[in-house]
Amino acid sequence: MSGRGSRRGGAAVLVGGALVALVVLMALLSFLWTPHDPTLVDARVRLQGPSPAYWLGTDRFGRDLVSQLMVGARTTVYVGLVAVGIAALVGVPLGVLAAMAPRWLGELLMRANDLLLAFPALLLAVMLAAVLGAGTGVAMVAIGVSTVPSFARVVRAGSLQVLRSDFVLAARAAGRRPWGVAVRHVLPNVAGLVIVQASVAFAIAVLAEAALSFLGFGTPPPTPSWGRMLQESQSLLFTDPRLAVVPGVAVAAAVLGFNLLGDGLRDRLDPRLEARR
Amino acid sequence: MLLRVLTRLAVLLASLAVSSLVVFAFMAVLPGDPARVALGVNASEAAVQQLRSDFGLDRPLPTQYLEWVRGLLTLDLGESYISRAAIAPQVLDRAQVTLWLVGAGMVVAVLVAVPLGSLAALTSRSPLGVLLSAVSQLGVAVPAFLAGILLVAVFAVGLGWLPASGWTPPAQDPGRFLSQLVLPASSLGLVQGAVLARYVRSAVLEVLGEDYLRTARAKGLRPGPALVRHGLRNAAVPVVTVLGLQLATLLVGAVVVERVFVVPGLGSLLLDAVANRDLVVIQDVVMLLVAAVLVINFVVDLLYLAIDPRLRTAR
Repeated sequence: MSGRGSRRGGAAVLVGGALVALVVLMALLSFLWTPHDPTLVDARVRLQGPSPAYWLGTDRFGRDLVSQLMVGARTTVYVGLVAVGIAALVGVPLGVLAAMAPRWLGELLMRANDLLLAFPALLLAVMLAAVLGAGTGVAMVAIGVSTVPSFARVVRAGSLQVLRSDFVLAARAAGRRPWGVAVRHVLPNVAGLVIVQASVAFAIAVLAEAALSFLGFGTPPPTPSWGRMLQESQSLLFTDPRLAVVPGVAVAAAVLGFNLLGDGLRDRLDPRLEARR
Repeated sequence: MLLRVLTRLAVLLASLAVSSLVVFAFMAVLPGDPARVALGVNASEAAVQQLRSDFGLDRPLPTQYLEWVRGLLTLDLGESYISRAAIAPQVLDRAQVTLWLVGAGMVVAVLVAVPLGSLAALTSRSPLGVLLSAVSQLGVAVPAFLAGILLVAVFAVGLGWLPASGWTPPAQDPGRFLSQLVLPASSLGLVQGAVLARYVRSAVLEVLGEDYLRTARAKGLRPGPALVRHGLRNAAVPVVTVLGLQLATLLVGAVVVERVFVVPGLGSLLLDAVANRDLVVIQDVVMLLVAAVLVINFVVDLLYLAIDPRLRTAR
């Protein structure tokens, strides 16, 4: 497992990083330029195959697929960033607190955390959408909240490890307050874990966003999103499967990218793997 | 041992209680006025008032909550605000469909994961092993509903072997039932199988290093049969746990897959209820799914204790 492991981790980071970069670049570029207006309906060019003018063809409203894909990447990255941000902002302090608090409080916090696991993003989104109406905000909150437990769990485990180390003992002996220990010693040492978790959580967010948009609980039309492109493709599956394949490949590539990046970074950062090398 | 089981049971009951409060708060308190939400902004004040008194929405919230919980415990799920039909028979009917789907999905997942994961472990040092790992990595990246759409594109549209959608109860026409079950169950199961295969691979890799397997090889068994006869049972412990936890994922995944294949299960009931703003139905179905997830996790915990005696005494 020695040298191979590290090299494989390197390849995963490379391929994953490239896929992630591709998605992010597509999203950023879409602010400046897209081949066509992604929402422009043009009946004369409906359901065209790939051509020099429309690289991946058009959908049943004559909208350009490449342009929709690019703006859809924007939606994906936006929802992912906010959702992962919510999850990290809540989950990281929760994990540190659960590690540093008295045992009973820590246990209670983790039980509450486990309970949250019983509410997957989809169910949260369904409840929120029923009451508040569907939308990007609902999707982001639902995905973010449902991802909190994974952050809290990883950060708590990491923090417990850091808290047992000599330098924390020394800091405490020197009279540093718990708050100071948390900020100066625990957080910097679990940062790697948080980055890995963020990458994996981003992959989950991309999947969830696609599923929610597919069901109509995500970004409302006409703003393009990959999930809704998939949903719209379904009725035309018998005549034009290309419409499903294009956004499908985009979703899979983005998820694969974030997963590989997270796995690769974990291989590099995990001290236990380090020792084995 | 008994103490541990009782503790887990207490945690389960507390979790059920808290999650029921959360669901109730979402569906009955957060909307402000559920009757108004159900009927829409254009409904007359009289109609809203009528709905409120018909369904007891004018009573204090604690009373409403306790009534709802009492109903859940006695399988009386109340009536829909919209259709005024009793909810329990519908839920039972739909739950059967979803259970078929989830069960079949589970079978597909195991059928995919055990051979794929074992082979990937046996060949972990060769290009084939790397390729198999890559395939399962790719499978993890495909959401179940996308797998469903692609499977329809290939097997229903392209080859015409299987129907693209629909549902027939098994008692009515077993053949048709099976042909309609294959694609939705596969789209659920293939993706979960890819996830599971990674656990099978690492569990088998672990087992491959054990002494008893070396003994089996020394007796002259080839790697494959040695693994099947001596290794897989030992590798099963962690895999069974993951499988149990995946049941919960499958249950939620089924909601989306049912939409793709127009299968009348719990997921379709839930999504239709959202479209109709039928809050009681949403409240009941969400609570049912959450309770199912909690109970599954509880059972997995117990199974884990039963399978691995070392855990019974730990802490």
